Amino acid sequence: MRLKEHPILDFPAGREVVFTFDGKELRGIEGEPIAAALHASGVRVLRHSPVSGRARGFFCAIGNCSSCLMTVDGMPNVRVCTEPLKEGMVVETQKGHGHLPID
Amino acid sequence: MRQAETTRTVNLLKEVDVAVIGAGPAGLAAALACAEAGVSTLLIDANDAPGGQLVKQTHKFFGSERQHAGTRGIQIPSLFTEKLANYPNVEIMWNTNASGFYDSGELVLEDEKRFMKILPKRMIVAAGASERFLIFRNNDLPGVYGAGAVQTLMNVYGVVPGDRVMMIGSGNIGLIVSYQLIQAGVDVAAVVEAAPCIGGYLVHAAKLRRAGVPILTSHTVLAAHGQESVTGATIAEVDKEWQPMPGTEREVECDVICLAVGLMPLVDVLWHAGCEMKYVPELGGHVPVRDENMRTSNPKVYAAGDSGGVEEASSAMVTGEIAGISAAKSLGHQAPGADARLAQLKADLAAIRSGPTGEKISAGVRCATVCGGVWE
Repeated sequence: MRLKEHPILDFPAGREVVFTFDGKELRGIEGEPIAAALHASGVRVLRHSPVSGRARGFFCAIGNCSSCLMTVDGMPNVRVCTEPLKEGMVVETQKGHGHLPID
Repeated sequence: MRQAETTRTVNLLKEVDVAVIGAGPAGLAAALACAEAGVSTLLIDANDAPGGQLVKQTHKFFGSERQHAGTRGIQIPSLFTEKLANYPNVEIMWNTNASGFYDSGELVLEDEKRFMKILPKRMIVAAGASERFLIFRNNDLPGVYGAGAVQTLMNVYGVVPGDRVMMIGSGNIGLIVSYQLIQAGVDVAAVVEAAPCIGGYLVHAAKLRRAGVPILTSHTVLAAHGQESVTGATIAEVDKEWQPMPGTEREVECDVICLAVGLMPLVDVLWHAGCEMKYVPELGGHVPVRDENMRTSNPKVYAAGDSGGVEEASSAMVTGEIAGISAAKSLGHQAPGADARLAQLKADLAAIRSGPTGEKISAGVRCATVCGGVWE
């Protein structure tokens, strides 16, 4: 859920962009971290752990802990808590360790 | 599909008088002090904007006007950058990680596209701290968030973390973030504290009690519940040995468990630089042994802010400026009045660390300070 009113802070209305999460179309604000956009849409499970398959969300939200790794535009292990959202991004729940899109 | 770009190493060794790692309160103050002293200064930060964790601190600061008391944390970074903009001897690199310091004295930096090597005459490490974790059943469920993460999500991006939060830890961060959650319209189920008394300032705790939030001292969290994300938690009372007492368990309905159980100094680059380190629990973990000018055992390396021991933003600005003035001075440069300013800063630091809440910090600092107060 997004804050509409706050006693101290103003949240300037950013440009709304469309992106996909596991094929589903979602909306977020351009430039906000992908994780914030997902969270605002009610998505809290960002990946499943490679060994035991347990659900993982974000933890530190400042790019330190690597709990939030997802596949973004085909690139695995992107820290979505800091990666800025762009129009048309393809965001996917990462399976295992992911595969690098190189030969 | 985006192709991975080839990473390029730039072999050009850029020389600089002082490299400051981190543009939070300590790094900004350090860089400004270096700028004023007239040394060439390179300020490096992994984020795309200044302030470090100040960017989410909506509360007003306490203490002395010299450390911006009465100003909200979020307003402080621009006070520094406006001043820094006047100095052509300062260069700032955003979105850049300081990834390693080598015996050759080279500092390796990395951004999204390239590696860079620089050769600083002095280095000030003001890298901040990371959040501690806590052991309990299902602590890996989505919905178990660090207090800083909740603050970032809510105060920087305007997204609330959930509907009902249980806060673990009643230090200042736990208390302040709980109140900020209430300001954002989020329900706070309780603040759970393992110690027998509240850790943070009374003024913050009182605000929460007035808002009807229970602060449960001598309590801990035993488990989080939920399949894919948090749906509740079990808490229990603890005895004097910090052990949960059977029969005191109770269920708390919440969809977020927020951990505010302390911070750990980020000191990797200090280890790389061979600085003598010491484990000081009062300062959050391993910290560099330092003199009163924040110089480490490596004469080229200084520590400032939480990298020198976890305190708070006001003291970070002071230790940053002390490190900045001292590093420049060691290169033979100083601004007019720098010595008087240094004495003033040391007095400010003593004042910030005075009083009952400063006792622990002061003990830690004594423990982390080199024998006799100065390096031989």
